[in-house]
Amino acid sequence: MGKPKAYDDIPGTTVFDAQRSRQGYHLNMFCMSLMKAENREAFKANERAYLDRWPMTEEQKQAVLDRDWNGMIDRGGNIYYLAKLFFTDQKSFQYVAAIMTGSTQEEYAAMMLKGGRPPEGNRYKKEWKKKRG
Amino acid sequence: MSHVPAIGAALDNGKSGEPYWKKVFDGFERSKEWIRKVKPDVILLVYNDHAVAFSLDIIPTFALGCAAEFPVADEGWGPRPVPKVIGHPELAAHIAQSVILDEFDLTVVNKMEVDHGLTVPLSLMYGQPKAWPCPVIPLPVNVVVYPPPTANRCYQLGRALRKAIRSYGEDLRVVVFGTGGMSHQLQGPRAGFINSKYDRRFLDRMTKDPKSLTRITHLELLREAGSEGIELVMWLIMRGALDAKVREVHRFYHVPASNTAVGHLVLENVK
Repeated sequence: MGKPKAYDDIPGTTVFDAQRSRQGYHLNMFCMSLMKAENREAFKANERAYLDRWPMTEEQKQAVLDRDWNGMIDRGGNIYYLAKLFFTDQKSFQYVAAIMTGSTQEEYAAMMLKGGRPPEGNRYKKEWKKKRG
Repeated sequence: MSHVPAIGAALDNGKSGEPYWKKVFDGFERSKEWIRKVKPDVILLVYNDHAVAFSLDIIPTFALGCAAEFPVADEGWGPRPVPKVIGHPELAAHIAQSVILDEFDLTVVNKMEVDHGLTVPLSLMYGQPKAWPCPVIPLPVNVVVYPPPTANRCYQLGRALRKAIRSYGEDLRVVVFGTGGMSHQLQGPRAGFINSKYDRRFLDRMTKDPKSLTRITHLELLREAGSEGIELVMWLIMRGALDAKVREVHRFYHVPASNTAVGHLVLENVK
């Protein structure tokens, strides 16, 4: 979308800029609505029907139903908004982070206990390409 | 100081004594003692709202809470069981007037709920009191929608806040909290990113060479501190409000708390 940005070469990272915030406006506002207990109940009772109240794209709705967190981010979702959705599911940031990185809960927690994902090899997209060969 | 929501949850659910969390809470013992002695009359709390009080409808870059009180928000789990936050409308109004005339066009907010970004730092400093010991003026900064204000702009706002506080008619003891960070990334395949070397250098420079931090670019923060580590700009508002020369009372750095590095500094003017 638009001109390439200087931050596009950071691997595994989507910067939530003004364009993304436009793309994800309804997706994020749907998430925000889950801060009210009665809306959480309505959503849990019939997710699809609740989602249909929002003018989101079909791909955005499907990503929500699938709890495809990276898919939601690709479609303009922002993690602090998505948090309302995983809080509604009674899940934590760490639970979702593990899924987004393609690791198990145990692997992810162990990585964090060892000091987290190191900067070495994780600053530039080209470093990830090399790793994958 | 960090504001990790899981820290609040650990405290609220009685898990602060578990080994994983004890390491985090122990790092704040010294600071709790310090703030008991300092007994601030008011806390100016620089933090970021996490899509709670502000949505994508309105995104103020800098805002100032001028209300008499600020209810604790329900972020999806129900509100944290912490006291409501009492404001200081007189000082807040004075600050708003002073900094706006000083060319910092912040947004005045007279009704606002506050989220874990504000309540977790208070919990870390005060534990679980029935009421917070002093009024709090919230100063939310947008770091959710890119770009946040620059490091330099934050530092300069700190300078303007200092001038504002000093020119208030009453002699009040004001403690400024700069919160957020340190390195962390909560989203995408790079989640879990931590850069301890960068964080520790940042802490050194906060004390000794804050001017050098004002030249840090957003691109550097995104790459070196993670997409959410960009919150570190908020620390510079606090630093700008202090004298050039400060005494480091306490420092604590620990990895991990959930997905993040926890960093904490207590600085005092030397005078």
